[in-house]
Amino acid sequence: MQRKVSLFVPCFVDQLLPEVAVDTVKVLRRVGYAVEFPEDQTCCGQPALNTGYWDEARPCAEHFVRVFKNAEVVVCPSGSCVSVIRVFYPELLAHSSLREDAISLGKRTFEFSEFLVKVAAVTQVGASFPHSVTYHASCHGLRELKLREEPLQLLRQVDGLKLVEMIRFDECCGFGGTFAAKFADISGAMGNSKADSVNATGAEFVTAIDPSCLMHLQGILGKRRAAARTIYLASILASQAPANQAPAQEKS
Amino acid sequence: MSTAAQRFLQDAAVKSADLMHREIIRRGMDSYDVAHLKGRARIKDWEAARQKCQEIKREAINHVDRYLLQFEEKVVARGGHVFWAANSEEACTYVKNLATRLGVHTVVKSKSMVTEEIHLSPVLEKAGIKVWETDLGEFIVQLRDEPPYHIVTPAMHLNRGQIAQLFRDKLDPSIVSDDPRDLMAVARRKLREAFFAAEMGISGANFLVADAGVVAISTNEGNGRLCTSVPRIHVVVTGIEKVIPRLEDLAVLWPVLATSGTGQGITTYGTLIGGPRRKGEADGPDEFHVVLVDNGRSQLLADAEQREVLHCIRCGACLNICPVFRHIGGHTYGTTYPGPIGSVLTPHLNGIAEFKHLSYASSLCGACTSVCPVKIDLAHHLLQNRRNATQAGATKSSERMMFRAWRSVMLHPWMYALGGWSARTALRVLYGLGLAGSIVDPMRVWNRYRSPVALPSESFRARWRKGLGSN
Repeated sequence: MQRKVSLFVPCFVDQLLPEVAVDTVKVLRRVGYAVEFPEDQTCCGQPALNTGYWDEARPCAEHFVRVFKNAEVVVCPSGSCVSVIRVFYPELLAHSSLREDAISLGKRTFEFSEFLVKVAAVTQVGASFPHSVTYHASCHGLRELKLREEPLQLLRQVDGLKLVEMIRFDECCGFGGTFAAKFADISGAMGNSKADSVNATGAEFVTAIDPSCLMHLQGILGKRRAAARTIYLASILASQAPANQAPAQEKS
Repeated sequence: MSTAAQRFLQDAAVKSADLMHREIIRRGMDSYDVAHLKGRARIKDWEAARQKCQEIKREAINHVDRYLLQFEEKVVARGGHVFWAANSEEACTYVKNLATRLGVHTVVKSKSMVTEEIHLSPVLEKAGIKVWETDLGEFIVQLRDEPPYHIVTPAMHLNRGQIAQLFRDKLDPSIVSDDPRDLMAVARRKLREAFFAAEMGISGANFLVADAGVVAISTNEGNGRLCTSVPRIHVVVTGIEKVIPRLEDLAVLWPVLATSGTGQGITTYGTLIGGPRRKGEADGPDEFHVVLVDNGRSQLLADAEQREVLHCIRCGACLNICPVFRHIGGHTYGTTYPGPIGSVLTPHLNGIAEFKHLSYASSLCGACTSVCPVKIDLAHHLLQNRRNATQAGATKSSERMMFRAWRSVMLHPWMYALGGWSARTALRVLYGLGLAGSIVDPMRVWNRYRSPVALPSESFRARWRKGLGSN
């Protein structure tokens, strides 16, 4: 019997960056997993949680738990959303009847690169991407989920990919969800500092395990008419030879 | 929006666009980063050291009443005085009355953030007492009539040229050199006069050691020892959370504080003081007073969820690593304690309504949590402060309404899909008309610093239904 994963597509990926999820599905299937997408899923609750509206976030989290509680394994192309489910649900749902289900689900929910390396135990996914790429360590993946090496292990196995290290690769890009709207000037300045670091590498692409960082960074780079572009990790891993096959990108 | 929040937004806009400021801070932080990493490498097991410090502080805070009494008993037995101040006013009045009673005209201060917190210097100056800051950085910001920019390095926002100019304007018009050594010599000459004129020295405390009944002070410039030993009165002003159980705890706390603060293995001077000069001793004050300041700390102590915020040893590591601090600088916060620890602490000490914005002024990146030497989960406390703000009804009603609507949408997948489609389609039409960033663009705040998101015509779920879903 083929192994199966349930896909959780964060709301902003579903609505704004569908290519990210499409490429995630491609890679998961390529390494031998059947992918299921429970269509009742919506959002993990992070926007409300992080803005302090826990009473609004809670029913949303409970909805998430109900939708996924029978899933064997959940894979999600965002470290930030996974950290909400794994790290913050136990506190958010402290007095909910679904707390135990949430804790158990958190242990079965994985960020995409984490799933490949730690659960599926693959780093070679047969990808080819003949470009220079630099890596931005998205905060929640790095500090809440402790994912430091996993994405790099995957990138190092990509045929033709030249990995260029970025200074302050682990400094926040400045997105921060509602922070980007509430404190637009600070978020913009932080984004521009990150864009400076990206540009200093001379790499063609910057990648990360959080499409939200990349959406923000792409906007900053775009505004500056910078040559570097963003690309989500799964989109690199989905790319295959021949080299002229266009990689899926955040933005053309 | 509170006045503090409005000022914060204005100052943040100015500072985050000030590239010269960013460059000065960046340079300072880069050299700190190198020193900090090197310092950490000197400690065999940094994580174990952090763990130990956390345990010590947890024990101290959980039994703060007992340890403070133990400390007091020892100090009083040596002829010192301990005053328990419930708030700023009580603390300031005690020190002012003491100074007036004992005929003090000049006070020298060694670095203390608590005296900044309670605004002691203005109170003394109003009583006609001359107050000298003697830490070089503090001396510089005092000359500029500014609060400290950073809790460890108060003048880190200034370069040597700016300091030379300041000294020319305020101290000696004949200064030509901007060599740090020459500038230091100017400050030293000036401060020597103050040290020998002062009748009272005021210091802070890095730790209050309960079992030994001594105050532990870490300094680098030697000014601390002059302040505490030359004048005939020494007053220690400190927060109640500084107490630690045992003298031996310093064996780990002192190096960890120095490493986190500046990357040093240990600070140049580590001073332990337990009372006034005793018979036969060559130096030290005739009178020794310790002012224990509460000023809201007991309230935080009562909050089981956030009590650990009192573990803070004021090393400044969370400020240094914070990308928000690096972009807006210390003064923008408008608080005594800037950076992540300030954003967590200030709403507790000075009110949620006025200061909740600071808990929101963070991307929640968690860098602060990752470096805190006593393992305070700062990012998590920022989040809890946000929750407290909404529960206290301190957030905007329009925002509350928006999140209520958001909840309804997210609980109904069909509403979510329809809402997503509508919003995307409307934006696509708007952007198609070239109206991105205009007054009618609901995403114009986003688009101020970014090019618009390239909106897809179909969501992922639509594509899944159209065939992507067949494995």
